[in-house]
Amino acid sequence: MGTRVAVLDYGSGNIRSAERALARTGAEVEVTADRRTALEADGLLVPGVGAYAACMAGLRAVRGDEIIGRRLAGGRPVLGICVGMQILFERGIEHGVETQGCGEWPGTVEKLRAPVVPHMGWNTVSAPEGSRLFAGIGPEERFYFVHSYAVRRWELTDTPYAPPRVTWSEHGEPFVAAVENGPLWATQFHPEKSGDAGATLLANWVASL
Amino acid sequence: MSLAVRVIPCLDVDAGRVVKGVNFRNMRDAGDPVELARRYDAEGADELTFLDITASSGDRATMYDVVRRTAEQVFIPLTVGGGVRAVDDVDRLLRAGADKVGVNTAAIARPELVGEISARFGSQVLVLSVDARRAEPGSGMRFEVTTHGGRRGAGIDAVEWAERAAGLGAGEILLNSMDADGTEDGYDLEMIEAVRAAVDVPVIASGGAGKTADFPPAVASGADAVLAASVFHFGRLTIGQVKDALRESGAPVR
Repeated sequence: MGTRVAVLDYGSGNIRSAERALARTGAEVEVTADRRTALEADGLLVPGVGAYAACMAGLRAVRGDEIIGRRLAGGRPVLGICVGMQILFERGIEHGVETQGCGEWPGTVEKLRAPVVPHMGWNTVSAPEGSRLFAGIGPEERFYFVHSYAVRRWELTDTPYAPPRVTWSEHGEPFVAAVENGPLWATQFHPEKSGDAGATLLANWVASL
Repeated sequence: MSLAVRVIPCLDVDAGRVVKGVNFRNMRDAGDPVELARRYDAEGADELTFLDITASSGDRATMYDVVRRTAEQVFIPLTVGGGVRAVDDVDRLLRAGADKVGVNTAAIARPELVGEISARFGSQVLVLSVDARRAEPGSGMRFEVTTHGGRRGAGIDAVEWAERAAGLGAGEILLNSMDADGTEDGYDLEMIEAVRAAVDVPVIASGGAGKTADFPPAVASGADAVLAASVFHFGRLTIGQVKDALRESGAPVR
């Protein structure tokens, strides 16, 4: 049996690419909103594009927030991508409206302060020593970002796991580009759209499951 | 750390076949957009744009199949434009595997469409495509929006339109100079500068690229990305050569 990965389907944008990119790593991938499948898979990928409030509403409609919580309580891996990472934080503020997130990490998703927004395109990241997500990926490699909001301050210090590994990038100002924290990992960029570097990163995640 | 300038090849697709393609070495079928997309991906393209120029709406389903097959094989962002008239068209393209959708004429006819799409899918999926030309003296405009492949003036100021659309929720402006298009004399730099000064969303320069030296000035004029079609399809320039020219000019590239 290969590694089983579930991609949580809650009506958020293009998830075909995520499915195919994961399948390339050799994982058995299932796109699903089924609670049991999502709970039992070796890894759960939470995608997400669009507005924070719309994503949270979609996630709650399939009880995705609870699925994520249950998995993490049992130490079962979850990978959030783009808005799928943002909704892991306490709250998002878009157009002056505050939306409650899943609250797995403290912090606020806010508008990026940069001359050109959205931050759209390929940027480099600064991964910390010992990162497993970025293993084998050089500092010159670029990942595909497309977002207008980001987490600008990492606030979690007290954790039951080893200290979180936080990867940063910069567009106008520094922001959190990826996190590895116990079973919960996430990227602000789209590894499924980031060519070979993205494929390596997804393979690293699948290998960790 | 800085964002790379994106180099974007654009493919015109008619009923599922690439128009204006030539046979590259090691390619079975230059008319297949999926195969050409793979080729550009391997060459280092940062993003791909498909422009659906299918005249008959009956052949539209073919495009969804092309998008689906491309998204299964190419792991860089894909924008699809042409014939997008309603929110449902966007939904179908995104479900097929497009990451972004280009909207042009339908938004001129009904600007509310921009807001409707961005409210549902987020502004990052919406590329406003602006076909513009130098306006007639005395028209009160510097650059005028056109329709019908540049043949008809829409009577709208292109810079004002870009600014308004960005305000309505367009996440990016694809600025195509209809004067420069096909000339291979270089991008319309003044037009890029004018739009860049008016909006704070990314601007993609399009129309007029003929040689590697044409690309750095577009970036210097404020373009976040450069798009070209025929120079790539006819094999005159590779993505790598364009990136080398950009790198030498000091622009960050992937």
